[in-house]
Amino acid sequence: MTTPQEENFMRKISAEEKIEPKDWMPDAYRKNLIRQISQHAHSEVIGMQPEGNWLTRAPSLRRKAILLSKIQDEAGHGLYLYSACETLGISRSEMIEQLQSGAAKYSSIFNYPTLTWADVGAIGWLVDGAAIVNQVSLQRTSYGPYSRGMIRICKEESFHQRQGYEAMLALAKGSEGQKAMAQDALDRFYWPALMMFGPHDSESAHSQKSMEWKIKRETNDDLRQKFVDQTVKQIEVLGLEHPDKNIKWNEARGHYDSSDLNWDEFWSVINGNGHCNRQRVEHHIAAHDEGEWVRDAITAYNEKKRAKNAQHAA
Amino acid sequence: MSDQIKQATQEYATRLGDDSVVLGHRISEWVSYGPFLEEDIAYGNVALDYIGRARMFYTYAAELADDGRDEDDFAYMRNDREYRNLLLMELPKGDFAYSQVRQLFADVYYTLMLPELLQSKDETLSAIAAKAIKETKYHLRRSRDWVLRLGDGTDESHQRAQKAVDQLWGYTHELFDMDETEQLLADAGIGVDVAGLRDRWLEMISAILTEATLTVPEDSWAVRGGRIGYHTENLGHMLTEMQIVHRSHPGCKW
Repeated sequence: MTTPQEENFMRKISAEEKIEPKDWMPDAYRKNLIRQISQHAHSEVIGMQPEGNWLTRAPSLRRKAILLSKIQDEAGHGLYLYSACETLGISRSEMIEQLQSGAAKYSSIFNYPTLTWADVGAIGWLVDGAAIVNQVSLQRTSYGPYSRGMIRICKEESFHQRQGYEAMLALAKGSEGQKAMAQDALDRFYWPALMMFGPHDSESAHSQKSMEWKIKRETNDDLRQKFVDQTVKQIEVLGLEHPDKNIKWNEARGHYDSSDLNWDEFWSVINGNGHCNRQRVEHHIAAHDEGEWVRDAITAYNEKKRAKNAQHAA
Repeated sequence: MSDQIKQATQEYATRLGDDSVVLGHRISEWVSYGPFLEEDIAYGNVALDYIGRARMFYTYAAELADDGRDEDDFAYMRNDREYRNLLLMELPKGDFAYSQVRQLFADVYYTLMLPELLQSKDETLSAIAAKAIKETKYHLRRSRDWVLRLGDGTDESHQRAQKAVDQLWGYTHELFDMDETEQLLADAGIGVDVAGLRDRWLEMISAILTEATLTVPEDSWAVRGGRIGYHTENLGHMLTEMQIVHRSHPGCKW
């Protein structure tokens, strides 16, 4: 038996109308969105760490400025996404608790270490590139605040992707040493970037309902294919070797065929056992705990001001 | 421009570039370590302003040197003994109070110094000052607010802020030292006579610290030497990290 509320909700979804914070929505829709948006916000925030790892070693002042600016944008994305998620009735501090306890996830890509300067370029190009493929699709997501956030975020991400690619190009066209660094970064980040789209559709726990509610607009495998296709040419222009030796144009499908991914690795990293899972969460907890006395100071200061103002008023 | 003035101006632009790159680097160390996300963004913003200034000062120094070097040669290919930044800028980031108090000291200094540099007869220096003044206005609002909140917050924040003030105070005297090079440029209407700024700096700082319920220290000690390359032990480590990639690939473009 569907209630009139449910009917009205599904009517809006079918008519491509956005669901807004004050609208009625099924609990499961709300939960699903909170999971997805907070995970997205946490990814932006945790993503500051692997890139921040190179802030103090950026090889030119121009690159240092670009990297600073990019990380600042990511933090800004984290902020809008936390705000978008708060419209669903969860606070930022609750979300942070879930991140720190492991109850909420963030993109597994950030559990891979950034080992050389070229990794910064590879992240901008491949990781932001994969994120954009997903986010362009999410601009049409059914929840209004999330959709609007995506539109804004996509503009900045495209800029990051171009800058990342340009950084890779400088390396690929540079000295032997620089070129080797670029190839190594491509070899390490290509596969995890493909894994960013999530498991095969057949294995994806949340996919079906998310598609029905138009939270997700395209399936994991379709989005991954888009990314595989667009990356082939980009690797060619760099003059680097494609990490997938089985990559081959398939005329009948109109797409590239490629190797299957190492799903054991995928699940192992998702389940907390990648190179950096523990480090990333510990870093977040340590910074958060160290900041406690600062946050307490603000509260105390504001209370003193309020008391003083109240005294003046009286 | 006479050769003597030109050389002095190049040295001056290098010094100001060194101050900016070193402080910008220290601030950038806060990214992802702030007490909350808004602070990570703010730190990134301020660091970016300083790196931008460093690029402008170094580019000008390189132009005057006219020996094929560029901004990155100034930043990445000089050793700690060749760096000419003020010691205050190179001290490690410390805790949040330490960084904010250092920032306040620097921000008030630039609030007074930059309008003088804006008057410089050297158009490039004046143009850099014009851009930097706007940034510093925002920086000072932020560091002042923070010092007020920390000083007049909890017992712990008060103690941390006072400790930072006491530990940093001895490094502030050097900000107002003049040597022959800077005197020459000040007399020529190109550089700033920073010695004349100390009284106003002290007045502004005292007012803020007092409002923050913090004590203004006695002038009982002073450490100097940044302008002659006599640094603290911290700069060598900082530059080792900053320069490692650049120097590992000599002559490469990035």
